[in-house]
Amino acid sequence: MKSLRQRIKRSVQGHKPIGEARLEAAQFQRRAYAGLAIIVLCLIALGVRFWILQVRQHSELNARSDANRILTRPLPPGRGLIYDRNGVLLAENIAAFRLEVTPEQAGDVQETVTRLGEVLPISDDDITRFNAQRKRKRSYEGIPLRLKLSEEEIARFSINRWAFPGVEVVPYLTRSYPLGAEFAHTVGYVGRIDEEDLAALDASEYAGTTHIGKTGIERSYEKRLHGRVGYEKIEVNADHRPLRVLPGRVAPVPGENLYLSIDAHLQEVTEAAFEGRAGAAVAIDPRNGEVLAMVSVPSFDPNLFVNGISSVDYRGLLDDEKKPLLNRLLRGTFTPGSTMKPFVGLAGLELGLRKPEDTVLSTGEFFIPGQSRAYRDDVRGGFGRVDLVQAIARSVNTYFYSVSLDMGIDRFSGYLGRFGFGQPTGIDLLGEGSGVLPSREWKRARFNQPWYPGETVIAGIGQGYWIVTPLQLANAVSTFAARGVPHTPHLLRAVQTEGDETPVLLPLAPEQASVIAKPEDWLAVQRGMVEVVRAGTARAMGIGFPYDIAGKTGTAERFSRTDETWTSISASPIERHQVLFECFTPADAPRIAVVVALEAGRSGASDAAPIARKMLDAWLPGDQQRQRIETLATAGGSQP
Amino acid sequence: MIDVLLAQIRYRLASAWRAPRLDLPLLGALLLLMGIGLVTLYSASDLDRGYVLAQGLRFVLGLVLMLVISRIPPSALRNWTPWLYAASVVLLVIVVMHGEGRGANRWLDLHFVRFQPSELLKLTMPMMIAWFLNGRQLPPGWTTLGIAGALIAVPAALIAKQPDLGTALLIVASGAFGIFLSGLAWWRIGLLLGAFAAAIPIGWPFLHDYQKDRVLTLLNPEADPLGNGWHIIQSKIAVGSGGIWGKGWHHGTQSRLEFLPEHTTDFIFSVFAEEWGLIGVLLLLALYVFIIARCLWIAANARDTYSRLLAGSISMALFVYVMVNGGMVTGILPVVGVPLPLVSYGGTSAVSLLAGFGVLMSIHAHRRTLATH
Repeated sequence: MKSLRQRIKRSVQGHKPIGEARLEAAQFQRRAYAGLAIIVLCLIALGVRFWILQVRQHSELNARSDANRILTRPLPPGRGLIYDRNGVLLAENIAAFRLEVTPEQAGDVQETVTRLGEVLPISDDDITRFNAQRKRKRSYEGIPLRLKLSEEEIARFSINRWAFPGVEVVPYLTRSYPLGAEFAHTVGYVGRIDEEDLAALDASEYAGTTHIGKTGIERSYEKRLHGRVGYEKIEVNADHRPLRVLPGRVAPVPGENLYLSIDAHLQEVTEAAFEGRAGAAVAIDPRNGEVLAMVSVPSFDPNLFVNGISSVDYRGLLDDEKKPLLNRLLRGTFTPGSTMKPFVGLAGLELGLRKPEDTVLSTGEFFIPGQSRAYRDDVRGGFGRVDLVQAIARSVNTYFYSVSLDMGIDRFSGYLGRFGFGQPTGIDLLGEGSGVLPSREWKRARFNQPWYPGETVIAGIGQGYWIVTPLQLANAVSTFAARGVPHTPHLLRAVQTEGDETPVLLPLAPEQASVIAKPEDWLAVQRGMVEVVRAGTARAMGIGFPYDIAGKTGTAERFSRTDETWTSISASPIERHQVLFECFTPADAPRIAVVVALEAGRSGASDAAPIARKMLDAWLPGDQQRQRIETLATAGGSQP
Repeated sequence: MIDVLLAQIRYRLASAWRAPRLDLPLLGALLLLMGIGLVTLYSASDLDRGYVLAQGLRFVLGLVLMLVISRIPPSALRNWTPWLYAASVVLLVIVVMHGEGRGANRWLDLHFVRFQPSELLKLTMPMMIAWFLNGRQLPPGWTTLGIAGALIAVPAALIAKQPDLGTALLIVASGAFGIFLSGLAWWRIGLLLGAFAAAIPIGWPFLHDYQKDRVLTLLNPEADPLGNGWHIIQSKIAVGSGGIWGKGWHHGTQSRLEFLPEHTTDFIFSVFAEEWGLIGVLLLLALYVFIIARCLWIAANARDTYSRLLAGSISMALFVYVMVNGGMVTGILPVVGVPLPLVSYGGTSAVSLLAGFGVLMSIHAHRRTLATH
């Protein structure tokens, strides 16, 4: 009791016996030292922890700090423009606006899209594409929902903008083809990058790029047109909001501008000359293989495909029985018919089976010795005795039946293969068909059947299994026109890279040897073709043209010819034939070779040849001007 | 009554102004620390002068309070101790009752001032332990230990219930340091620590889910990098990316670009480490060591057990702040809301810390008085 009271008193007054107090003070001092030691040890441990993070793990954590704040934003390069040979713009980039949704800011994305659909027309296609892209992008990246907004749509959205956080109208460059359908089959078009493209392309080069060449020049020269991607580093905060651009920007290198060998004026005239009839036409400069015009009719508007064609439009194009999507230049299947005769005649001369002056008696019917089947001429009773020139000029079948029978199919296909039949020409476009050059091997592979002599006979007039594409035929005509010197047809003539003031011409492929052994053989066939236009099957087509034209008509059965059907040929002529015309001019030193192919017509002379003439007329003024300049230049150069 | 109190305060202020009885090395170190705090805060708040001004005002308020308290003789403090302790526990109970079912409610709104009663205990707890032990036979036996334990446990439990584990931890620590400094036998300490370790698995189910998450996240922050792991990961990145020399003042991208959460308060140490590097961190830690050592020196020179224990436990509690906060920003301790003393933004903590230093100053100032008494 006493001790308790004492204790309370002590605790209130703080007085303890002196000895006890001293003891406690000493005790405290020891504990203070111990405490300080523990504290210092602990803080040293903490310091070591800082050292581990700030020295040993510094580089890793510093990298993560940069990864946190630095976003590398790709700068897509501007796509190269495409011009014709005279600088007419064929493909350009124009400013447009698209609607982008940023999921992170938009909240409920599906609901936002549904509500947007009440303000702007948004198709199911748009939504499908949007959802597909959404899977690939991060939630703070904008995803295009609608491309190419009209001014009215932009205005309508702007009014309602407050209701759509995370939705923005974003400017961008879109591809445009000012001449539209005229170049759809040559220049082609770009489209949005799809899964298939993604698998093939270099993802870093296409970071930030939305479109890629799908067909035509746009596709085959994708690499040149695309350019090189640039980068800028931007600092972002934790919400991925960009704050500033950091130094170290790598500017994108714009794609090269391409100058095609095509003459847009010639192209335009050619397309118009078809008047909508299905077919194709090609004009090539035989001196170098430059394609001057390439037309496939009917065509379509490539602009529809750039920002995603609607399924209605696409179905319409697919279902159109005239097949506007079919590139007849590269994949058209034409039976060449009589247009093969100059080549077969040449083969006869070159293989030593005929001399130019050798004649054949045309009676209207030709028989393989020992067989009863008759192979007809176009005129009942025949043409009488004809030499090579007349046989070509008047398209006498018998001459060519006989020469090809003498030749046999192996030598036949072997020689004609030199002109590129049965194989792609190698033009700078993708998706070229190879046609069919009849041969023993081809038939074995295709049908697993032996070759019959009768098939050789009809092959001599370009019938039977023969299939050519218009481009293939044009290439062959051009090669012939160049006296047998082949030039791979090509569209790209010059390129302009960034910094070039003028386009730079591409070097030509090295000159190849002529496929024609004897120049006099060429001359004989050429004379026959000149006769075709001067006095033969196509005499109307050359009237009033200043240069000699060498040509040949072709009127091929759309269906395989038999004796029975041949008699009823006039029933519906316009439906019955594929008609073709091939020509080059000037006949002695050709500067243009033309092929026109129509899927349906009365005859090559009446339907295809006039189109070729219109093409030559359109080509002529420019050619005459170039000739004058050349003459002046040579004259000027020769003066002292 | 209030008149008398106001007159007292006026008198103390006046005399403090005329003849400040302050320990100048300690004061200098504190001012340096506050300066560092303001400079770091200016950067961490992305050059927001409002933050710096508000914090500066709190520092001024805290310094005035320190001056006032430094004039109060320790004997007076000792006499008030049981009442102050009781008052703070009552306030705690009020907060706990009002905060029932509303998550973390730590604030008491007295209309003219809002404060956390738990902050009061940061001072009244070591005072109470010192007062209690002062009247007991030292070194303490089991009985003394038991009573002291109860004195600590009751308010700590109330605070933990708020729930504010960080503050509860600090208060337990400040009480425990009193007992430690009073000379509790080492074998008893060992036994207690062993019992504590054994209690961890038993106490685990009683933790809140978010508290469990914090501990689990500490063990593997990458398991949930955008959720619970975010704080720890971003803080480690901030600290580590600072390197030896730091990114420079206001060049810490982690805080400026808001990757680092709570970068003006609990995680301001990360900002400091990012901008000043290991060199800055070591110097700052050295400054803390100096302050703690100086405080312990003051404690050792105090002339009675109450003052000694009080001063000692206040200084050692300061270490707990630094250690827990530093451990948190470097990812070796769980995320608990313990500020970096006098650097983290926040009023109550700064004021209560400076009040604590006021007590130390008073003990320092009155050592001779007591000696000659």
